Amino acid sequence: MSQLEHDGGPGRQPPLARPRLQVNPIACDAHGLCIELLPELISADPWGYPIIRPGPVPLRLQPLAHRAVAACPTLALILTRPGQ
Amino acid sequence: MTASELAEPRREGRPGPAPGELRLIVRDRPLSLAEHVDHYGELPAGQPGALITEVEQAGLTGRGGGAFPAGRKLRAVAEASSRARPGRAGVGSVVVANGSESEPASSKDSVLLSHAPHLVLDGIALAAGAVGAARAYLCVSHRTGPIARPLAEAVTERTRAGLSEVPVEVVATAGGYLSGQETALISALNGSAPLPTFVPPRPAERGAHRRPTLVLNVETLAHIALIGRFGSQWFRTAGTPGAPGSALVTVGGAVERPGVREIPLGTPLGSVLRRSGLTQPAQAVLTGGYFGTWLPLPGGAAVPVSEEGMRAAGAALGPGVLAVLPESACGLAETARVMSFLAEQSAGQCGPCRNGLPALAETMNCLAFGQPGQDTIGWVRQLTGLVAGRGACHLPDGAAGLVRSALEVFAADVQTHLQAGPCARASRPAVLVIPAGEPR
Repeated sequence: MSQLEHDGGPGRQPPLARPRLQVNPIACDAHGLCIELLPELISADPWGYPIIRPGPVPLRLQPLAHRAVAACPTLALILTRPGQ
Repeated sequence: MTASELAEPRREGRPGPAPGELRLIVRDRPLSLAEHVDHYGELPAGQPGALITEVEQAGLTGRGGGAFPAGRKLRAVAEASSRARPGRAGVGSVVVANGSESEPASSKDSVLLSHAPHLVLDGIALAAGAVGAARAYLCVSHRTGPIARPLAEAVTERTRAGLSEVPVEVVATAGGYLSGQETALISALNGSAPLPTFVPPRPAERGAHRRPTLVLNVETLAHIALIGRFGSQWFRTAGTPGAPGSALVTVGGAVERPGVREIPLGTPLGSVLRRSGLTQPAQAVLTGGYFGTWLPLPGGAAVPVSEEGMRAAGAALGPGVLAVLPESACGLAETARVMSFLAEQSAGQCGPCRNGLPALAETMNCLAFGQPGQDTIGWVRQLTGLVAGRGACHLPDGAAGLVRSALEVFAADVQTHLQAGPCARASRPAVLVIPAGEPR
């Protein structure tokens, strides 16, 4: 089952059930890959560390969010689901 | 039996301290176990579940700074503990009594520990019973290291008296502003550096020795010792419905009688300061410690001293620090010095804090002591936004809050400094003491 199907399809995923991006700031070394892969939700601060746009990840960006999480060399980027 | 009788277990023996009477520190010297029992009565052997309900009904909140409901913490650890060992509810969790008091402007925890050790140890015993802890740690500050020994003796005194309780180990923390932070304490107890860690896992789920861990401030535990004896209704005879009970505060700065005092929560700030000997006109109070908030005077005098009252006024009670800034001092200079201290104390683990706090300290020092430019305030504001909420612990949030409140409360000084450079008051001796050579 793909992530999209799992999430219930467009418009059918209640906002509270949507995953959120989080950075473990201790693990983050400002490699910046997440900023390149997901500029819609992640920007760089003056020192190159990621600033995450608050709120749940929109459905259409979730595949990119998963890619960004997988690309982080220090495993600092996390997708959390409600209740986690 | 009526509903109220059900809610309030019948208390045998003596009543609790009457309204207006001091609850926590009752003599100006340490109470021995015999004197302690003589004053408060024996510790009742209650049901663990009943104590948690009683603490919840009392509305006790953490007195270490976070003001988190103590009952909810107890319940979370008790539940995590029973999940960790199905069928053996609560076996093997850990209690950590936090008396590390790394906040330089606070001394209420060390005063409590040195005057009423058995009240704290009672609280540890009750809390350990409630969450099924097999061991407990009492962490004290490296600054007040000498109290570790009398505390260890108080533990021995209880064993000799035949009290069968959870074993308590007294531990002196490594020191530094962050060493008292919950996850830093746990990290140290687990043999790692005394630095904050990323949450999750929450200590209640996996803490010391990877066991569910209850971390409570020592004053919170002392209140639990009294709630265990006298009940939640008695606890609520002090304070307000929204902020029940009493609390220890450390009053410092420009007062004639600085020190620790116990107040009913909700007492107006002005009244607390007057009792500490505030005679001269003062411009502001630093509330909540070095990563707290400035509250202007005389406007703030009516603010109720409680987490709820302070929050409504845009401040925070935190661990009960109230430091008075006299008219003769420069609030920007005081804030800049504290910011330098906080920047030094950053563990340096998180990029935004490691980079942002020194930048914030440098810019605030430029504003206070140098020749700030037109863009200085804009940069300060931008930096507070860049650091807040972006660390593993709340140090950057607290630092940002302190600076924001300084810009607001000392707005007139900001204009003076921008136009004419440092004011004359900026070169006067510091009111807020910055610890020298503090380990990080």
